[in-house]
Amino acid sequence: MPFIPHTEDDTREMLDAIGVQSINDLFDEIPKKLLAKTMGDVPEGLNEMQITRLMQKRAARDGAPLCFIGAGAYEHHIPQAAWDIATRGEFYSAYTPYQAEASQGTLQTIYEYQTMITALTGLDVSNASLYDGASALAEAALMAVRSNRKVKSNRILLAPGVNPTYEKVAATIAGTQGLSFERLPMDAKTGNSAATLADPGDVVAVVIQQPSFFGTLEDVARLTNWAHEHGAMVIGVVNPTALALLQGPGQWGELGAEIACGEGQPLGVPLSSGGPYFGFMTCRQKHVRQMPGRIVGRTTDLDGQQGYALTLQAREQHIRRSKATSNICTNQGLMVTAATIYMSLLGAEGLAQVARASHQNTTRLVNGLCSLDGVERLFDGPYFHEVALRLDRPVAPVLAALAERGILGGFDLRNVSSGDALLVCATETKTESDIDAYVNALGEIMATEGRRSA
Amino acid sequence: MSDLPGDLLYTTEHEWLRREDDGSVTVGITDHAQAALGDLVYVELPEIDQDVDSGGDMAVVESVKAASDVYAPIDGRVVAVNEELADDPEKINAEPYGDGWIVRLQPTSDIDESELMTPDAYQALLDEEDA
Repeated sequence: MPFIPHTEDDTREMLDAIGVQSINDLFDEIPKKLLAKTMGDVPEGLNEMQITRLMQKRAARDGAPLCFIGAGAYEHHIPQAAWDIATRGEFYSAYTPYQAEASQGTLQTIYEYQTMITALTGLDVSNASLYDGASALAEAALMAVRSNRKVKSNRILLAPGVNPTYEKVAATIAGTQGLSFERLPMDAKTGNSAATLADPGDVVAVVIQQPSFFGTLEDVARLTNWAHEHGAMVIGVVNPTALALLQGPGQWGELGAEIACGEGQPLGVPLSSGGPYFGFMTCRQKHVRQMPGRIVGRTTDLDGQQGYALTLQAREQHIRRSKATSNICTNQGLMVTAATIYMSLLGAEGLAQVARASHQNTTRLVNGLCSLDGVERLFDGPYFHEVALRLDRPVAPVLAALAERGILGGFDLRNVSSGDALLVCATETKTESDIDAYVNALGEIMATEGRRSA
Repeated sequence: MSDLPGDLLYTTEHEWLRREDDGSVTVGITDHAQAALGDLVYVELPEIDQDVDSGGDMAVVESVKAASDVYAPIDGRVVAVNEELADDPEKINAEPYGDGWIVRLQPTSDIDESELMTPDAYQALLDEEDA
């Protein structure tokens, strides 16, 4: 598809047609105080040679640090073939394949994606993806309100291990539609939900993240059964890599979660400083008409040949207008294409190997770090590939000292949990010597700097 | 030419009402509406005991090509829904005034018949839309 920019005349003609002076007038409703006045580090127009040189110089500043940060986005090895295939001309589009007769390849890819994601999550149907994990949770919460009509409240309970950023995004998107989000109490020892839970009253849904934001494993069966006993639906927020080893939300407890969602980035999407990623969502067949987003179905044509087409579109914005299940009506087609190829290349056993290697590397890392004075685990109990550690001093200066040594040492939990705590992750991409380098570096830093006096 | 039973009242939203002997009101969509929507594939029904306000949406009918709200023609409380539509939404196509009924309401305020249409008035509306 060619990229054809508008000429000045085109733009003028369009502005005249709608009676607007300038393009900037279209943004008048944005409060002035929110506008970025200057873009300091973004220069005016540069030619290709200049921009290449500038970007190389800036990229070099990042160096090639060893990354032990997880907290929602995870560095995994991506086989070269994944993006070689995803960026072929036939796939290289983020657009929805409305024209089934011209898009069978893309539609089949999405169908395969949906099949794999439903298999991982243990649920019946998947959509073609959403923006990212955080907005997927917002959509899941709104979907629960539409589905669980017996409950008259709009209250959603979050397990203590739900990613705090997801809560913010969900409250931003769904809060304006009257939903409220509350946290279940935490057991300080395990970081999971408290052992005894009070009657929650009228609740639409309980959100359980597995593994939790702190890397711990929640007793999902207990929480799922508890939610169902109180008339609430269950939304599972899950890490797709972990699902190669852990039970899918569809199998949690006696009845299983009704909806699963999460961040798809670990499946073949590079970290890229935070995006683009993609969100996934699956649910039970019973709730499919309340699910947002596109769904590709398999069918047969007039000649009895297998074919693929978008289905159940009456839920969607172009037909239901303001009554659509969601008005964020996109999918992350290109990311999903890469994820589908990634999962196909690895297979179920390959994904399980990635999950096991990540767990083993994290165990090695945590054992090494906890052998240092002033470092201990924040919570007891099993974990997947991420662990919260308590330090005997403020975390930020320690992370800065590690960064100087080319190590991104983890995520500072300062704003999430009480005290000085750090969340670390070692995926399959880390070697023993990488892990030892981190342990040694932290040992040196802890021996020399900034202990908080007791 | 669509079928218009003479004992029903109609709305501009292409719905019909029947006043039952027990004081309740049965609501469905007209033959014209079902024909315009095409083959129905799904009906979303309200909860029993739900209160509805005249003009507010209370159900959704979805066909292969469109989805449309069904509005409450009066203020009322839902006393029955046609559960059979869950498995067989095409009943609405087959018998829009019979087995294809959608919701039964118990009025919660006096019914203002001036807001509703007689068969003749509804026929006039259809003729106007056709013109």
